Amino acid sequence: MKILFYLLQKEFRQIRRDKSILAMMFVMPLVQLVILPLAMDFDVRHINLALVDHDHSTFSRQLISKIEASGYFKPVSYTSTYQDALKHIERGTADLILEIPSGFERNLVREKSQQLGVSADAINGVKAGIGGSYLAQVIADFNAGIRVQFNPAPPPAGTIMLTVSNWYNPLGAYKYNVVPGVLVLLLTLIGGYMAALNIVREKENGTIEQINVTPIRKWQFILGKLIPFWVIGLLVFTVGLAVSWAVYGIFPKGSILLLYLFAMVYLMAVLGFGLLISTYSDTQVQAMFVAFFFMSIFMLMSGFFTSTDSMPAWSRTISNLTPITHFIRVDRMIILKGSGFNEVQKELYYLIGFALILNGWAIRNYRKTH
Amino acid sequence: MEQLLVFIRKEFFHIFRDRRTLLILFGLPVVQLLLFGFALSNEVKNIRLMIADNAGDVSSQELIAKIRASRYFILEEQLADYSEIEQKLKAGAIKGALIFPAGFGNDLSGAVQLQLIADGSDPNIAKTMFNYLNSILADYRQSKTTSLPDYRIEPEIRLLYNEEGSGSLGFIPGLMALILMIVCTALTSVAVVKEKETGTMEVLLVSPFKPAYVLLAKAIPYLLLSLLNFTLIVAMALLVLNVEVKGSLFLLFATSTLFIITCLSFGLLISNVTSSQQTALLISLMGMMLPTLIFTGFLLPIENMPGILQLISNLVPSRWYYLITKAIMLKGLGIAYIWKETLVLSGMTVFLLGLAIKKFSIRLQ
Repeated sequence: MKILFYLLQKEFRQIRRDKSILAMMFVMPLVQLVILPLAMDFDVRHINLALVDHDHSTFSRQLISKIEASGYFKPVSYTSTYQDALKHIERGTADLILEIPSGFERNLVREKSQQLGVSADAINGVKAGIGGSYLAQVIADFNAGIRVQFNPAPPPAGTIMLTVSNWYNPLGAYKYNVVPGVLVLLLTLIGGYMAALNIVREKENGTIEQINVTPIRKWQFILGKLIPFWVIGLLVFTVGLAVSWAVYGIFPKGSILLLYLFAMVYLMAVLGFGLLISTYSDTQVQAMFVAFFFMSIFMLMSGFFTSTDSMPAWSRTISNLTPITHFIRVDRMIILKGSGFNEVQKELYYLIGFALILNGWAIRNYRKTH
Repeated sequence: MEQLLVFIRKEFFHIFRDRRTLLILFGLPVVQLLLFGFALSNEVKNIRLMIADNAGDVSSQELIAKIRASRYFILEEQLADYSEIEQKLKAGAIKGALIFPAGFGNDLSGAVQLQLIADGSDPNIAKTMFNYLNSILADYRQSKTTSLPDYRIEPEIRLLYNEEGSGSLGFIPGLMALILMIVCTALTSVAVVKEKETGTMEVLLVSPFKPAYVLLAKAIPYLLLSLLNFTLIVAMALLVLNVEVKGSLFLLFATSTLFIITCLSFGLLISNVTSSQQTALLISLMGMMLPTLIFTGFLLPIENMPGILQLISNLVPSRWYYLITKAIMLKGLGIAYIWKETLVLSGMTVFLLGLAIKKFSIRLQ
């Protein structure tokens, strides 16, 4: 026990001594906590629309002014040919082209039907989809108006209203979703990168040999490495919670104790992961690249940026095999919905499983001699 | 000149000796691209929606069948009260509940109200779900009113550049930008500082070798390796992800070379201002990861960000490179459309390289 105490003292001293690392661990996460929620807003607000009106009739002008008044669209150009409008799409200044063919009004009156050309920049599928359906809505509205105009007494058509209430987040603000996610990312970065790097550094510099020849036991050395980062991780988590309360007004609805329980187990799991990487790497470059590889999988597939439900089944399986997915889910549940132990206990067992497997594997794989 | 070549050879020896790093260097980007290229998309699908059909009549069943037929939802029909719904939302078992009023079918000629309760803790899904349901409802309404004398305006929607409407197409140039940016920067970020840390820098500095050559000799092998890596990535995108390069392949390679040089310069700069590999790697991998993810523009819409963040996004090279590759690969455009972005990247390269050379100290502390 005494040996472990001295080891911890050494580690804390080393961490404290390196000011740049210390700054990385505290300042960078907080900067990210402040910036990410500001940056993540998936609302489709301004759809830039290029208009091509070949008809120049009363109807076409009415349609255009109806589209302008709808509030969804920002007309960026009124051109006379499709080619010119396409230039705006190519440059990225327009998302959608509406082309009103010549004879629009005449055909509508005489033949009672007319087509409109809508072209969408489909590289951004979401924007194209939503823009297209908004435009279809406005056109349908306009269409209904024309029907009434030509049929003074149309049979009453029923209306179906869809009202929505967003529970836990009535205004649908993205920050409620993002902030708890960022908290998890911060723990992941610190746990995954820092611990791995720290141990490999001793390998690369040769100082690990000095430790290996001492009577320090394997478990003492490993605990000596893990505990400092575990403590730092929890500290960062606490500061992060405070910042999200002070800056974004997000305070956990559920039990804080439960939240910390999860954070503690989760940190063990990611630290075990970092340790595992370090046992397989000879150099810091290797360790960092492998860590980066897995971190990018963790981040991009965890449901932080995109929803896991939308993924193909095989990638949902991969996503479920990473600890971060479970903690992000739980973190959001506890902080936003106030979910209790019963609702999240399955995830806790998952995380405990990850912690045991990763640490067990790492300890087995760690050798004092080569 | 000969000196330089000898030095470059030495660097290559260093790189090739470390097989493991080399494997990581080439293997990981490919796996990343494939994994994310298949798995990620902005589309929202498989929304678990609970349906409480209090009417249970023909019309409500008809509408439910329509909702089921769209590929967006996984339905769960169950009569439930609010507390049950709340329980399910809290446990994360459903993302929303759609409640039909009793007598839905009878009231259809008048005004009926459907209620959607959405899990607002994920606003993106909540909003998309509302939009999907709304357009299904509009369709349904339309199908009920076809008996009207017809004055029909039909929008005919064409999807440009992406006829199949694949949800992950825009991600591929974005992923390329992200992977290249981080891998190239991180690789070179240790180049100089490693020599500093292991003490071999001293040997280099006392030799008759020109200091600028040291940087050049460090950069060239990594440039070649990165180009090879890029070729591999493009080949994967073409062969496995079935993305076709619509524009000029030559232009794609030329601009990519420029971007790689930008990243290498940035890496050299990091290498020259840090004093340990650990710090260099933390900056280039851990520090750069999130900014690159955020500001490249393929994952998050930059136009929605606050003005100050939009300004910052201009400083991130991968943002410009993403615009360039998107234009060349997906839209098939030529240099006339991307000269501005290319110019910005060139400017950044000159600046970063200049700064890196300036910060390269030939005296050791």
